[in-house]
Amino acid sequence: MTPLVLLDGVSRAYGGAAAVHPLTLAVARGRTTVLVGPSGSGKSTLLRMMVGLVRPDTGRVLFDGRPLTQASAPAERLRMGLVLQGGGLFPHLTVEGNATLVARHLGWPEPRIRARLDALLARVQLPRDVLGRIPAELSGGQRQRVSLVRALMLEPVLLLLDEALGALDPIIRSELQDDLKAAFKSMETTVVLVTHDLAEAAYLGDTLVLLRDGRIVQEGTAADLVNHPADPFVEHFVRAQRTLPGGAAR
Amino acid sequence: MNAGLTVLVLALVLGAGEVRVGSKGFTESVVLGEIATRTLAASGIPAVHVRELGGTRILWEALQRGDLDIYPEYTGTLAEEIFSGGVPATLEGLRPALAAHGVEIAAVLGFSNGYALGMREPVAERLGIRRFSDLLRHPELRFAFSNEFLDRGDGWRALQRVYGFPQKDVRGMDHDLAYRGLESGAVDVTDLYSTDAEIRALGLRVLEDDRRHFPDYQAVLLLRSQAATPAVRAALAGLDSRISAPEMVALNARAKLDHVQEARVAAEFLQGAGLASAPAKTIGVAERLVVNLRDHLLLVAVALAGSVLVGLPLGILAARRARLGQVVLGAVGVLQTLPSLAILVLMIPLLGIGARPAIAALFLYGLLPVVRNTHAGLTGISGELREAAEALGLPGMTRLLRIDLPLASPSILAGVQTSAVICVGTATLGALVGAGGFGQPILTGIRLADVGLLLQGAVPAALLALAVQGGFELLGRWVVPRGLRLPGPDER
Repeated sequence: MTPLVLLDGVSRAYGGAAAVHPLTLAVARGRTTVLVGPSGSGKSTLLRMMVGLVRPDTGRVLFDGRPLTQASAPAERLRMGLVLQGGGLFPHLTVEGNATLVARHLGWPEPRIRARLDALLARVQLPRDVLGRIPAELSGGQRQRVSLVRALMLEPVLLLLDEALGALDPIIRSELQDDLKAAFKSMETTVVLVTHDLAEAAYLGDTLVLLRDGRIVQEGTAADLVNHPADPFVEHFVRAQRTLPGGAAR
Repeated sequence: MNAGLTVLVLALVLGAGEVRVGSKGFTESVVLGEIATRTLAASGIPAVHVRELGGTRILWEALQRGDLDIYPEYTGTLAEEIFSGGVPATLEGLRPALAAHGVEIAAVLGFSNGYALGMREPVAERLGIRRFSDLLRHPELRFAFSNEFLDRGDGWRALQRVYGFPQKDVRGMDHDLAYRGLESGAVDVTDLYSTDAEIRALGLRVLEDDRRHFPDYQAVLLLRSQAATPAVRAALAGLDSRISAPEMVALNARAKLDHVQEARVAAEFLQGAGLASAPAKTIGVAERLVVNLRDHLLLVAVALAGSVLVGLPLGILAARRARLGQVVLGAVGVLQTLPSLAILVLMIPLLGIGARPAIAALFLYGLLPVVRNTHAGLTGISGELREAAEALGLPGMTRLLRIDLPLASPSILAGVQTSAVICVGTATLGALVGAGGFGQPILTGIRLADVGLLLQGAVPAALLALAVQGGFELLGRWVVPRGLRLPGPDER
């Protein structure tokens, strides 16, 4: 089976400084792939290439077997959902307005919109009465859940999350991790998630892709990274982030 | 038969339009304009008086374009200002030159109103000044001249060339304000017209032009030949040689010092001289206010609508294309730096007089705030919202209408508000080109030193600006989405 997304020899530089060195990465269908690494490792740039927000200087991006170009990106994006660190909710629209903007533009019938909204609210554990609120009236955790509803509204084949939990406090974050894990499990959707938190990556991801300085250092399961580190950096990164025995938080 | 029919049709067509009489922004010209208008009306020719236009050039251009049919002018002004000294300032010399421009002299009114220099009698007496040449001995004297006199071909510069005046303190100001300055002692010498009412009222000494610099300034009525039907010609010819210099001084004094409306002054004169006149109609304060408000609002509304309709797309374009955006912002910025008066006058050859040049000038003036704020509002959208919007996969126009413009709406609305307030203020200058509005009473108030009249324009204009400001605040609550009036997610 072809990968859902193939980054084929892509690279990208910003003002002469390489953010991503030429690399190839395949995102397998129906699984959760986590791009993990320290700040500046290029993980967010790779995620943005997948949705066409960043164009690679070299190489190409294949989405579902077809090249993702400037011309094809808008249509393909209807099959993707993106959740950003701050939620990226439009402040002038209500929760419902944010979540249903594209569905209404596509002319979905009202009953279909309502049914989809209800199902998603239940899945992300939001009460129905948030629908009439504006983003400024939501808590940080609620905003991320609404952002997730918006990203999932059109039943995308690819869900992309960029540090989606990074701005939340630990308790909310842990609750949301649980909800995300449950949601990923119940859906057929392919998920690509970016985080600098190895514990989060291990908890949510099927495949981890560890990046450093715009290069892939190691690709595998969390167990692979812990038990068979490819090089001293991986070992160092794992040790720096591992939750200590006895349950004390970092 | 056919020819007769043609003449009849022509007469109907020509008769259908009103004859437009113009006047310059000083009392004598307004009174003469009124006299001409009422004389035409009395002959059954529908006529309107477009009062107090900015200056000789504006009236002449309007006559050339056919926006005006008639206006009072002076032979010396024609020779020096219009024909730049290339034509003698005599009736015989001017007639062919005017004919070449499709203009004829319809009446020679019978008096001259030459330029002269004047001082207060006691000051002139103390310093022993009788003639222009005597001024050479007093370089400390302060001169104040009307702006037109400073600029025109036969004005100050030519005078200085002929006499070699040494005075350094020479400034331009409104002719009527110069009289106020003379009265208060802030000014020693000013230019004056020999039929000015103030000469007697303020006790001024008219100095002798001992080197005969100033040409003759016989008052005439200019008539655009294309508008010169036999009826119009006959009506105006009735005014030939009917106004003597002392009569004109008296009429000026009546309007300016006794504060009698020019329309009434003109009617009284025509009746006293045994000439026909349409009944005098005096416009009341309330009616004038309504008319001025209507004219003012029309100027502002049309100009503002234009600024928004053009400025919004320009702002969007500027935000989309960074390099082109700099060019657009620069261009509308340059428009803003041009003096509004200059824009008004530049518009006249293109658009004539009346509301059109004023609207065009206000439109250009109102562009910058709209373009700049649209650009700023769109480029100010945060990176995350920009990415979120793009990732949705909406087509460009839908995204613009549903996301980008609403997000930029507080900034855009603020720009439109700025534009509107500027417009309300600047529109008062529209009266200089005959656009009416609250500038009209301000202009007349300055001319007649009538503070009450001035306030009839200034106060409503100021109130209107406040109302517009307040109106936009209210509009903001309706147009700007609720979520953009609260502190945003990032600010909490």
